Amino acid sequence: MKRLRLRLLWCLPAACVAGLLSWAAFAPLAAGSRDALFEIPKGTWARRMAGDLVDILPQKIVLTLGVNDTLLLRNKDSVPQVFGPVLIMPGQDFRLPFDTVSVNEFNCTAHASGSMKVIVEPYPAPGLPRLQWRLAQLTQKPRKAAARG
Amino acid sequence: MKAGVFDPPRPAPEIALPSSTGTPLKLSDYRGKVVVLEFGFSHCPAVCPVSLASLAAAKQQLGARGKDVQVLFVTVDPARDTAERLRSWLANFDPGFVGVTGSEAQVAQVLKDYGISAAKHPVKGSSEYSMSHSSYLYFIDRQGRQRAMMPFGRPAADIAHDLAILLGP
Repeated sequence: MKRLRLRLLWCLPAACVAGLLSWAAFAPLAAGSRDALFEIPKGTWARRMAGDLVDILPQKIVLTLGVNDTLLLRNKDSVPQVFGPVLIMPGQDFRLPFDTVSVNEFNCTAHASGSMKVIVEPYPAPGLPRLQWRLAQLTQKPRKAAARG
Repeated sequence: MKAGVFDPPRPAPEIALPSSTGTPLKLSDYRGKVVVLEFGFSHCPAVCPVSLASLAAAKQQLGARGKDVQVLFVTVDPARDTAERLRSWLANFDPGFVGVTGSEAQVAQVLKDYGISAAKHPVKGSSEYSMSHSSYLYFIDRQGRQRAMMPFGRPAADIAHDLAILLGP
């Protein structure tokens, strides 16, 4: 009886983990806003002119079709910023939707390197791809939070 | 919209240059119409003809509403794209399309105002040159505001979709 109780104690967490993984692998991805916001903060240009080469935006942005497939660029700087062929004025947003899996290189004046890559990945299929996608989100979120902090 | 959208939209920079119609063109004269700006050159082997053909098809898809859409093709190669050349070349796509040209300095100013990059490249084994240039389409609404930009290669149906939104009910 004691051994049975012990087994049950082990089985319960295992069943919970299995259930959680199954949910993560098969549940549809919630699609609220599909915007992936990237903000060019006030003072970016001034810092660049002062010789500060820090990158405000990531060098590479990964978007997922059907989940977050719209790049929202917000220019909070006091000078216009060029993103690819787009001139974004101070205080202006530019919302660029993507509808195909692709790798896109853009010139970007907010980057010290002068360019930025936008990778558009397919909507993750049910099963392992969706599970991997969710796990990747979990690991990316703390990294983003740390970068902001 | 299918295109990239500006929020808030800002007034489209004025363009006042010679045109393929034989009379000087002012962008602001087209208030009340939806204007699509394309920047390119008539010797372009691939990108510009495809975009112009898509624009012509989109205009057709809009039917009678297409009369309120004006396509302006601004050359990035004013040395070769005279008003006469643009007129005859654009007529291959739609007789209503208007070409815009000018001196090198005049065109350079317009390109700067719109954030357009264009550069000459020599063609190997020839005295001719080609141009690399931004290939987005610029959508300007009836109030003269720059509302959206569409990347090269989108189908005519996508262009018609966005033009219909800008034309309104």
